[in-house]
Amino acid sequence: MAEMKDIVLEYVREEYMEDEDEELNYDTPLISGGIVDSFSMVSLKRFLENKYNIQIPDEKATPEAFDTVNSIVALVQEYIK
Amino acid sequence: MAYSDRVRGVFGSQLDEIREKGLFKQERFIHSAQAADIEVEFPSGADVRKVINICANNYLGLSSHPDVVKAAHEGLDSRGYGMSSVRFICGTQDIHRQLENKMTEFLGTEDTILFPSCMDANAGVFEAVLTSDDVMISDRLVHASIIDGMRLCSAQHDTFKHSNVEHLEKKLQLHADKRLKLVINDGVYSMDGDAARLDEIAELCEKYDAMLFVDDSHASGFIGKTGRGTHEKCGVMGKVDIITTTFGKALGGASGGCVSGRKEIVEMCRQKARPYLFSNTIAPVVVSGVLKVLDILSASTERRDKLEANTAYWRKGLTEAGFVLKEGDTPIVPVMLFNAKLAQDFSRDLYEEGIYAIGFFFPVVPNGQARIRTQISAGHEINHLDKALDAFRKVGKKHGILGLSKGEIIDKYGL
Repeated sequence: MAEMKDIVLEYVREEYMEDEDEELNYDTPLISGGIVDSFSMVSLKRFLENKYNIQIPDEKATPEAFDTVNSIVALVQEYIK
Repeated sequence: MAYSDRVRGVFGSQLDEIREKGLFKQERFIHSAQAADIEVEFPSGADVRKVINICANNYLGLSSHPDVVKAAHEGLDSRGYGMSSVRFICGTQDIHRQLENKMTEFLGTEDTILFPSCMDANAGVFEAVLTSDDVMISDRLVHASIIDGMRLCSAQHDTFKHSNVEHLEKKLQLHADKRLKLVINDGVYSMDGDAARLDEIAELCEKYDAMLFVDDSHASGFIGKTGRGTHEKCGVMGKVDIITTTFGKALGGASGGCVSGRKEIVEMCRQKARPYLFSNTIAPVVVSGVLKVLDILSASTERRDKLEANTAYWRKGLTEAGFVLKEGDTPIVPVMLFNAKLAQDFSRDLYEEGIYAIGFFFPVVPNGQARIRTQISAGHEINHLDKALDAFRKVGKKHGILGLSKGEIIDKYGL
Protein backbone atom coordinates (compact mmCIF):
# COMPACT_ATOMS: atom_id res chain seq x y z
CA MET A 1 0.00 0.00 0.00
CA ALA A 2 2.94 2.33 -0.62
CA GLU A 3 0.79 4.33 -2.96
CA MET A 4 -1.80 5.18 -0.31
CA LYS A 5 0.95 6.26 2.07
CA ASP A 6 2.30 8.66 -0.51
CA ILE A 7 -1.12 10.02 -1.41
CA VAL A 8 -1.84 10.77 2.26
CA LEU A 9 1.65 12.20 2.78
CA GLU A 10 1.24 14.48 -0.23
CA TYR A 11 -2.19 15.64 0.93
CA VAL A 12 -0.85 16.46 4.40
CA ARG A 13 2.09 18.37 2.93
CA GLU A 14 -0.12 20.31 0.54
CA GLU A 15 -2.94 20.99 3.01
CA TYR A 16 -1.18 21.61 6.31
CA MET A 17 2.51 22.41 5.92
CA GLU A 18 3.42 26.09 6.01
CA ASP A 19 7.14 25.67 5.57
CA GLU A 20 8.29 23.61 2.58
CA ASP A 21 11.59 22.81 4.27
CA GLU A 22 9.84 21.25 7.25
CA GLU A 23 10.49 17.53 7.48
CA LEU A 24 7.57 15.20 6.91
CA ASN A 25 7.72 11.41 6.81
CA TYR A 26 5.34 8.53 7.47
CA ASP A 27 5.98 8.72 11.24
CA THR A 28 6.04 12.51 11.76
CA PRO A 29 3.59 13.28 14.60
CA LEU A 30 0.92 15.39 12.93
CA ILE A 31 -1.49 16.23 15.75
CA SER A 32 0.72 15.90 18.81
CA GLY A 33 3.44 17.71 16.82
CA GLY A 34 1.15 20.66 16.14
CA ILE A 35 1.04 20.28 12.32
CA VAL A 36 -2.66 19.38 12.19
CA ASP A 37 -5.09 20.83 14.74
CA SER A 38 -8.32 19.15 15.79
CA PHE A 39 -10.48 21.30 13.49
CA SER A 40 -8.25 20.73 10.50
CA MET A 41 -8.46 16.98 11.17
CA VAL A 42 -12.05 17.21 9.91
CA SER A 43 -10.94 18.11 6.40
CA LEU A 44 -8.39 15.27 6.44
CA LYS A 45 -11.16 12.83 7.41
CA ARG A 46 -13.35 14.14 4.60
CA PHE A 47 -10.50 13.80 2.12
CA LEU A 48 -9.93 10.17 3.10
CA GLU A 49 -13.64 9.33 2.96
CA ASN A 50 -14.06 10.87 -0.48
CA LYS A 51 -10.84 9.50 -1.89
CA TYR A 52 -11.37 5.90 -0.75
CA ASN A 53 -15.15 5.90 -0.72
CA ILE A 54 -15.40 4.88 2.93
CA GLN A 55 -17.11 6.14 6.10
CA ILE A 56 -14.88 6.50 9.15
CA PRO A 57 -17.05 6.62 12.29
CA ASP A 58 -16.42 9.77 14.37
CA GLU A 59 -15.43 7.69 17.40
CA LYS A 60 -12.65 6.06 15.35
CA ALA A 61 -11.33 9.40 14.07
CA THR A 62 -9.29 10.03 17.20
CA PRO A 63 -6.23 12.27 17.44
CA GLU A 64 -4.18 9.10 18.08
CA ALA A 65 -5.47 7.38 14.93
CA PHE A 66 -4.71 10.50 12.89
CA ASP A 67 -1.33 11.22 14.41
CA THR A 68 0.94 9.84 11.68
CA VAL A 69 0.62 8.96 8.02
CA ASN A 70 1.25 5.31 8.99
CA SER A 71 -1.57 5.27 11.56
CA ILE A 72 -3.94 7.02 9.13
CA VAL A 73 -3.22 4.41 6.47
CA ALA A 74 -3.84 1.61 8.99
CA LEU A 75 -7.18 3.19 9.90
CA VAL A 76 -8.25 3.63 6.28
CA GLN A 77 -7.37 0.02 5.48
CA GLU A 78 -9.80 -1.19 8.15
CA TYR A 79 -12.65 0.38 6.23
CA ILE A 80 -11.71 -0.46 2.65
CA LYS A 81 -13.77 -3.40 1.54
CA MET B 1 -16.09 15.06 51.75
CA ALA B 2 -15.31 13.43 48.46
CA TYR B 3 -12.02 15.17 47.85
CA SER B 4 -9.98 12.09 48.78
CA ASP B 5 -6.21 11.64 48.58
CA ARG B 6 -6.79 9.73 45.36
CA VAL B 7 -8.63 12.68 43.82
CA ARG B 8 -5.93 15.07 45.04
CA GLY B 9 -3.36 12.77 43.48
CA VAL B 10 -5.07 12.91 40.08
CA PHE B 11 -4.62 16.66 39.93
CA GLY B 12 -1.22 16.55 41.59
CA SER B 13 0.22 14.30 38.93
CA GLN B 14 -1.20 16.45 36.13
CA LEU B 15 0.35 19.54 37.69
CA ASP B 16 3.68 17.72 38.10
CA GLU B 17 3.60 16.83 34.44
CA ILE B 18 3.11 20.50 33.52
CA ARG B 19 6.05 21.44 35.77
CA GLU B 20 8.28 18.73 34.29
CA LYS B 21 7.63 20.00 30.79
CA GLY B 22 8.70 23.47 31.88
CA LEU B 23 5.24 24.84 31.05
CA PHE B 24 4.12 25.81 34.56
CA LYS B 25 2.84 29.38 34.51
CA GLN B 26 3.45 31.71 37.43
CA GLU B 27 2.09 35.18 37.89
CA ARG B 28 4.33 38.14 38.57
CA PHE B 29 2.85 40.55 41.08
CA ILE B 30 2.82 44.20 39.99
CA HIS B 31 2.72 46.69 42.85
CA SER B 32 1.95 49.74 40.71
CA ALA B 33 -0.57 50.91 38.10
CA GLN B 34 -0.15 49.55 34.57
CA ALA B 35 2.32 51.76 32.68
CA ALA B 36 5.69 51.80 30.90
CA ASP B 37 7.42 51.87 34.31
CA ILE B 38 6.10 49.29 36.75
CA GLU B 39 7.13 47.80 40.09
CA VAL B 40 7.27 44.01 40.08
CA GLU B 41 7.63 41.30 42.72
CA PHE B 42 9.09 38.20 41.08
CA PRO B 43 9.43 35.50 42.10
CA SER B 44 6.81 35.69 44.82
CA GLY B 45 8.40 37.09 47.98
CA ALA B 46 11.35 38.72 46.17
CA ASP B 47 12.11 42.42 46.57
CA VAL B 48 9.99 44.70 44.40
CA ARG B 49 11.95 45.95 41.35
CA LYS B 50 11.33 48.87 39.04
CA VAL B 51 11.30 47.59 35.47
CA ILE B 52 10.24 48.77 32.03
CA ASN B 53 7.22 46.91 30.75
CA ILE B 54 7.38 45.88 27.10
CA CYS B 55 4.82 43.07 27.15
CA ALA B 56 1.50 44.79 27.94
CA ASN B 57 -1.39 45.22 25.51
CA ASN B 58 -1.45 48.85 26.67
CA TYR B 59 -0.80 49.98 23.10
CA LEU B 60 -2.02 53.55 23.49
CA GLY B 61 -0.80 54.03 27.05
CA LEU B 62 -4.35 54.75 28.23
CA SER B 63 -4.62 52.14 31.00
CA SER B 64 -3.72 54.70 33.66
CA HIS B 65 -4.36 57.93 31.74
CA PRO B 66 -5.54 60.65 34.19
CA ASP B 67 -8.54 61.65 32.04
CA VAL B 68 -9.71 58.04 31.82
CA VAL B 69 -9.24 57.50 35.56
CA LYS B 70 -11.18 60.74 36.22
CA ALA B 71 -14.03 59.68 33.92
CA ALA B 72 -14.16 56.30 35.67
CA HIS B 73 -14.41 58.05 39.05
CA GLU B 74 -17.25 60.20 37.74
CA GLY B 75 -19.03 57.11 36.41
CA LEU B 76 -18.62 55.43 39.78
CA ASP B 77 -20.13 58.44 41.54
CA SER B 78 -23.06 58.95 39.17
CA ARG B 79 -23.97 55.37 38.13
CA GLY B 80 -22.72 53.31 41.07
CA TYR B 81 -20.40 50.32 41.40
CA GLY B 82 -22.38 47.39 40.00
CA MET B 83 -25.70 46.59 38.37
CA SER B 84 -26.36 43.16 39.89
CA SER B 85 -28.09 42.07 36.71
CA VAL B 86 -27.63 40.81 33.18
CA ARG B 87 -28.31 43.38 30.45
CA PHE B 88 -31.86 42.38 29.52
CA ILE B 89 -33.34 42.22 33.02
CA CYS B 90 -32.24 45.44 34.72
CA GLY B 91 -28.57 45.77 33.75
CA THR B 92 -28.71 48.32 30.93
CA GLN B 93 -28.00 51.94 31.81
CA ASP B 94 -28.08 54.88 29.41
CA ILE B 95 -24.27 54.76 29.29
CA HIS B 96 -24.26 51.14 28.08
CA ARG B 97 -26.32 52.09 25.03
CA GLN B 98 -24.22 55.25 24.62
CA LEU B 99 -21.08 53.11 24.44
CA GLU B 100 -22.68 50.77 21.91
CA ASN B 101 -23.57 53.76 19.71
CA LYS B 102 -20.11 55.28 20.05
CA MET B 103 -18.42 51.99 19.11
CA THR B 104 -20.71 51.71 16.08
CA GLU B 105 -19.64 55.18 14.99
CA PHE B 106 -15.96 54.55 15.76
CA LEU B 107 -15.80 51.26 13.86
CA GLY B 108 -18.06 52.43 11.02
CA THR B 109 -20.56 49.60 11.43
CA GLU B 110 -24.38 49.34 11.70
CA ASP B 111 -24.80 48.40 15.37
CA THR B 112 -22.92 47.09 18.42
CA ILE B 113 -23.63 44.89 21.44
CA LEU B 114 -21.44 44.83 24.55
CA PHE B 115 -20.17 41.61 26.14
CA PRO B 116 -18.37 41.07 29.45
CA SER B 117 -15.18 40.39 27.44
CA CYS B 118 -14.11 39.76 23.84
CA MET B 119 -13.59 36.15 24.88
CA ASP B 120 -17.34 36.12 25.64
CA ALA B 121 -18.16 37.92 22.39
CA ASN B 122 -16.29 35.21 20.47
CA ALA B 123 -17.85 32.48 22.61
CA GLY B 124 -21.36 33.73 21.82
CA VAL B 125 -21.47 35.11 18.32
CA PHE B 126 -21.05 32.00 16.15
CA GLU B 127 -23.66 29.93 17.94
CA ALA B 128 -26.10 32.86 17.86
CA VAL B 129 -25.76 33.40 14.13
CA LEU B 130 -25.00 30.06 12.44
CA THR B 131 -26.63 26.61 12.26
CA SER B 132 -25.63 23.17 11.03
CA ASP B 133 -26.52 24.26 7.47
CA ASP B 134 -23.61 26.71 7.54
CA VAL B 135 -19.82 26.64 7.50
CA MET B 136 -17.12 28.56 9.35
CA ILE B 137 -13.81 28.85 7.49
CA SER B 138 -11.11 30.14 9.79
CA ASP B 139 -7.47 31.13 9.44
CA ARG B 140 -5.35 28.52 11.22
CA LEU B 141 -3.81 31.04 13.61
CA VAL B 142 -6.98 32.64 14.99
CA HIS B 143 -7.12 33.36 18.71
CA ALA B 144 -8.01 30.63 21.23
CA SER B 145 -11.28 32.38 22.14
CA ILE B 146 -12.48 32.07 18.53
CA ILE B 147 -11.60 28.38 18.54
CA ASP B 148 -13.63 27.92 21.72
CA GLY B 149 -16.54 29.86 20.20
CA MET B 150 -16.48 27.73 17.06
CA ARG B 151 -16.53 24.58 19.20
CA LEU B 152 -19.84 25.74 20.69
CA CYS B 153 -21.41 26.20 17.26
CA SER B 154 -23.09 23.45 15.25
CA ALA B 155 -21.96 24.82 11.87
CA GLN B 156 -19.37 22.81 9.96
CA HIS B 157 -15.83 23.96 10.35
CA ASP B 158 -12.86 24.16 8.03
CA THR B 159 -9.58 26.04 8.08
CA PHE B 160 -7.23 27.74 5.64
CA LYS B 161 -3.48 28.20 5.85
CA HIS B 162 -2.47 31.33 7.69
CA SER B 163 -3.08 34.42 5.53
CA ASN B 164 -3.14 32.24 2.40
CA VAL B 165 -5.90 33.69 0.21
CA GLU B 166 -5.41 31.07 -2.53
CA HIS B 167 -6.09 28.32 0.00
CA LEU B 168 -9.09 30.26 1.32
CA GLU B 169 -10.51 30.49 -2.19
CA LYS B 170 -10.29 26.71 -2.58
CA LYS B 171 -12.18 26.28 0.69
CA LEU B 172 -14.86 28.76 -0.41
CA GLN B 173 -15.32 26.72 -3.59
CA LEU B 174 -15.43 23.47 -1.62
CA HIS B 175 -18.22 24.78 0.62
CA ALA B 176 -20.20 26.57 -2.10
CA ASP B 177 -23.35 24.56 -1.25
CA LYS B 178 -23.71 25.84 2.33
CA ARG B 179 -26.57 28.16 3.37
CA LEU B 180 -24.17 30.67 4.98
CA LYS B 181 -20.38 30.89 4.83
CA LEU B 182 -18.40 32.85 7.42
CA VAL B 183 -14.69 33.61 6.87
CA ILE B 184 -13.00 34.13 10.22
CA ASN B 185 -9.77 36.05 10.87
CA ASP B 186 -7.90 37.98 13.51
CA GLY B 187 -7.24 41.54 12.32
CA VAL B 188 -3.75 41.46 13.80
CA TYR B 189 -2.39 38.08 14.87
CA SER B 190 -1.28 38.30 18.47
CA MET B 191 1.71 35.97 18.31
CA ASP B 192 3.28 37.04 15.00
CA GLY B 193 2.04 40.65 14.88
CA ASP B 194 1.08 40.44 11.21
CA ALA B 195 -2.17 41.91 9.88
CA ALA B 196 -4.79 39.96 7.90
CA ARG B 197 -4.93 40.69 4.16
CA LEU B 198 -8.47 41.96 4.56
CA ASP B 199 -8.64 43.73 1.19
CA GLU B 200 -8.07 40.47 -0.70
CA ILE B 201 -10.15 38.45 1.75
CA ALA B 202 -13.09 40.88 1.50
CA GLU B 203 -12.93 40.62 -2.29
CA LEU B 204 -13.11 36.82 -2.08
CA CYS B 205 -16.03 37.05 0.33
CA GLU B 206 -17.92 39.20 -2.16
CA LYS B 207 -17.10 36.84 -5.01
CA TYR B 208 -18.31 33.75 -3.12
CA ASP B 209 -21.17 35.37 -1.15
CA ALA B 210 -19.50 34.74 2.20
CA MET B 211 -19.69 36.87 5.34
CA LEU B 212 -16.49 38.26 6.81
CA PHE B 213 -15.55 38.14 10.52
CA VAL B 214 -12.58 39.92 12.10
CA ASP B 215 -11.42 39.91 15.73
CA ASP B 216 -9.69 43.29 15.96
CA SER B 217 -8.64 43.08 19.61
CA HIS B 218 -4.99 43.78 18.74
CA ALA B 219 -5.92 46.60 16.33
CA SER B 220 -8.87 48.68 17.57
CA GLY B 221 -7.70 52.15 18.51
CA PHE B 222 -4.40 52.25 16.67
CA ILE B 223 -4.27 50.30 13.38
CA GLY B 224 -5.29 52.35 10.33
CA LYS B 225 -4.82 56.05 9.64
CA THR B 226 -7.26 57.10 12.38
CA GLY B 227 -6.98 53.96 14.51
CA ARG B 228 -10.31 52.38 13.56
CA GLY B 229 -8.71 49.01 12.97
CA THR B 230 -7.52 46.56 10.35
CA HIS B 231 -10.51 47.29 8.11
CA GLU B 232 -9.39 50.92 7.92
CA LYS B 233 -5.78 49.93 7.20
CA CYS B 234 -6.94 47.65 4.36
CA GLY B 235 -9.50 50.09 2.92
CA VAL B 236 -12.51 47.84 3.60
CA MET B 237 -14.48 49.82 6.17
CA GLY B 238 -18.15 48.88 5.82
CA LYS B 239 -17.25 45.53 4.23
CA VAL B 240 -16.55 43.54 7.41
CA ASP B 241 -19.85 41.99 8.53
CA ILE B 242 -18.81 41.09 12.09
CA ILE B 243 -16.08 42.77 14.14
CA THR B 244 -15.35 41.60 17.65
CA THR B 245 -13.01 43.60 19.82
CA THR B 246 -11.94 44.23 23.39
CA PHE B 247 -11.79 47.18 25.75
CA GLY B 248 -9.09 45.28 27.63
CA LYS B 249 -6.16 46.30 25.45
CA ALA B 250 -5.67 49.66 23.70
CA LEU B 251 -9.13 50.99 24.61
CA GLY B 252 -8.34 51.58 28.27
CA GLY B 253 -7.26 48.07 29.19
CA ALA B 254 -9.88 47.38 31.88
CA SER B 255 -12.28 44.72 30.61
CA GLY B 256 -15.26 44.17 28.34
CA GLY B 257 -15.70 43.63 24.63
CA CYS B 258 -18.28 43.79 21.89
CA VAL B 259 -19.69 42.43 18.67
CA SER B 260 -20.12 45.20 16.10
CA GLY B 261 -21.43 44.80 12.58
CA ARG B 262 -24.60 44.21 10.56
CA LYS B 263 -27.68 45.17 12.54
CA GLU B 264 -29.45 41.83 12.10
CA ILE B 265 -26.39 39.99 13.40
CA VAL B 266 -26.16 42.25 16.45
CA GLU B 267 -29.88 41.72 17.01
CA MET B 268 -29.42 37.93 16.79
CA CYS B 269 -26.72 38.21 19.47
CA ARG B 270 -29.09 40.24 21.66
CA GLN B 271 -31.68 37.46 21.38
CA LYS B 272 -29.45 34.38 21.45
CA ALA B 273 -25.84 34.89 22.54
CA ARG B 274 -25.45 33.01 25.79
CA PRO B 275 -22.57 35.01 27.36
CA TYR B 276 -24.71 38.14 26.78
CA LEU B 277 -27.86 36.54 28.18
CA PHE B 278 -26.36 34.78 31.17
CA SER B 279 -23.46 36.95 32.31
CA ASN B 280 -23.45 40.20 34.23
CA THR B 281 -23.44 43.59 32.53
CA ILE B 282 -20.17 45.56 32.22
CA ALA B 283 -19.64 47.66 35.37
CA PRO B 284 -20.61 51.33 34.95
CA VAL B 285 -17.15 52.44 36.01
CA VAL B 286 -15.60 50.57 33.06
CA VAL B 287 -18.21 51.86 30.59
CA SER B 288 -17.49 55.43 31.71
CA GLY B 289 -13.76 54.93 31.22
CA VAL B 290 -14.16 53.50 27.69
CA LEU B 291 -16.47 56.39 26.71
CA LYS B 292 -13.67 58.78 27.64
CA VAL B 293 -11.11 56.70 25.71
CA LEU B 294 -13.26 57.00 22.57
CA ASP B 295 -13.50 60.78 23.08
CA ILE B 296 -9.71 61.00 23.32
CA LEU B 297 -9.19 58.90 20.20
CA SER B 298 -11.85 60.68 18.17
CA ALA B 299 -10.37 64.10 18.99
CA SER B 300 -6.79 63.36 17.90
CA THR B 301 -4.59 60.68 16.33
CA GLU B 302 -1.62 61.86 18.39
CA ARG B 303 -1.36 58.68 20.46
CA ARG B 304 -1.60 56.19 17.58
CA ASP B 305 0.89 58.35 15.62
CA LYS B 306 3.33 58.21 18.54
CA LEU B 307 2.83 54.46 18.77
CA GLU B 308 3.63 54.12 15.07
CA ALA B 309 6.83 56.17 15.47
CA ASN B 310 7.85 54.20 18.59
CA THR B 311 7.27 50.92 16.78
CA ALA B 312 9.42 51.99 13.82
CA TYR B 313 12.20 53.09 16.22
CA TRP B 314 12.04 49.80 18.13
CA ARG B 315 12.07 47.61 15.02
CA LYS B 316 14.98 49.57 13.53
CA GLY B 317 16.97 49.33 16.78
CA LEU B 318 16.49 45.57 17.13
CA THR B 319 17.25 44.95 13.45
CA GLU B 320 20.46 47.00 13.62
CA ALA B 321 21.45 45.11 16.77
CA GLY B 322 21.28 41.91 14.73
CA PHE B 323 18.13 40.16 15.99
CA VAL B 324 15.84 38.04 13.83
CA LEU B 325 12.34 39.59 13.91
CA LYS B 326 9.00 38.56 12.51
CA GLU B 327 8.32 41.00 9.71
CA GLY B 328 5.47 43.45 10.08
CA ASP B 329 4.57 46.98 11.05
CA THR B 330 2.34 46.52 14.09
CA PRO B 331 3.42 47.20 17.71
CA ILE B 332 3.69 43.44 18.29
CA VAL B 333 7.37 42.76 17.55
CA PRO B 334 8.43 39.14 18.10
CA VAL B 335 12.17 38.62 18.62
CA MET B 336 12.77 35.11 17.29
CA LEU B 337 14.94 32.74 19.33
CA PHE B 338 13.46 29.41 18.08
CA ASN B 339 14.66 27.37 21.09
CA ALA B 340 12.29 27.23 24.10
CA LYS B 341 14.99 27.17 26.78
CA LEU B 342 16.85 30.05 25.15
CA ALA B 343 13.60 32.08 25.18
CA GLN B 344 13.13 31.40 28.91
CA ASP B 345 16.76 32.22 29.75
CA PHE B 346 16.61 35.35 27.62
CA SER B 347 13.48 36.59 29.39
CA ARG B 348 15.06 35.96 32.80
CA ASP B 349 18.25 37.82 31.81
CA LEU B 350 16.23 40.77 30.48
CA TYR B 351 14.44 40.96 33.82
CA GLU B 352 17.82 41.16 35.55
CA GLU B 353 18.54 44.15 33.29
CA GLY B 354 15.28 45.82 34.31
CA ILE B 355 13.23 44.84 31.26
CA TYR B 356 9.99 42.91 31.62
CA ALA B 357 9.26 40.75 28.55
CA ILE B 358 8.06 37.18 28.37
CA GLY B 359 9.30 34.16 26.41
CA PHE B 360 6.70 32.26 24.37
CA PHE B 361 7.16 28.67 23.25
CA PHE B 362 5.19 25.53 22.32
CA PRO B 363 2.25 25.03 22.73
CA VAL B 364 1.52 28.78 22.70
CA VAL B 365 3.46 29.09 19.43
CA PRO B 366 4.43 26.23 17.06
CA ASN B 367 7.32 23.98 18.02
CA GLY B 368 10.67 25.52 17.10
CA GLN B 369 9.32 29.07 16.97
CA ALA B 370 10.09 30.21 20.51
CA ARG B 371 10.42 33.94 20.90
CA ILE B 372 10.32 37.00 23.12
CA ARG B 373 7.15 38.86 22.20
CA THR B 374 7.66 42.58 22.66
CA GLN B 375 4.77 45.04 22.56
CA ILE B 376 5.31 48.73 22.10
CA SER B 377 3.14 51.45 23.60
CA ALA B 378 2.46 55.14 23.08
CA GLY B 379 3.21 55.28 26.82
CA HIS B 380 6.88 54.50 26.05
CA GLU B 381 9.28 57.41 25.68
CA ILE B 382 12.44 57.12 23.57
CA ASN B 383 14.54 56.73 26.75
CA HIS B 384 12.47 53.62 27.68
CA LEU B 385 13.11 52.13 24.26
CA ASP B 386 16.83 53.00 24.39
CA LYS B 387 17.20 51.32 27.78
CA ALA B 388 15.37 48.26 26.52
CA LEU B 389 17.52 48.16 23.37
CA ASP B 390 20.69 48.32 25.52
CA ALA B 391 19.40 45.39 27.57
CA PHE B 392 18.53 43.35 24.46
CA ARG B 393 21.98 43.99 22.99
CA LYS B 394 23.68 42.98 26.26
CA VAL B 395 21.65 39.80 26.69
CA GLY B 396 21.88 38.99 22.97
CA LYS B 397 25.66 39.29 23.17
CA LYS B 398 25.77 37.08 26.28
CA HIS B 399 23.97 34.32 24.37
CA GLY B 400 26.02 34.90 21.22
CA ILE B 401 23.11 35.37 18.83
CA LEU B 402 23.59 38.93 17.56
CA GLY B 403 23.94 38.92 13.78
CA LEU B 404 23.05 35.22 13.50
CA SER B 405 20.45 34.04 10.99
CA LYS B 406 17.55 31.73 11.87
CA GLY B 407 19.58 28.70 10.71
CA GLU B 408 22.64 29.74 12.69
CA ILE B 409 20.64 30.21 15.91
CA ILE B 410 19.03 26.77 15.40
CA ASP B 411 22.45 25.21 14.70
CA LYS B 412 23.75 26.72 17.93
CA TYR B 413 20.83 25.99 20.27
CA GLY B 414 18.74 23.37 18.48
CA LEU B 415 14.96 23.44 18.24
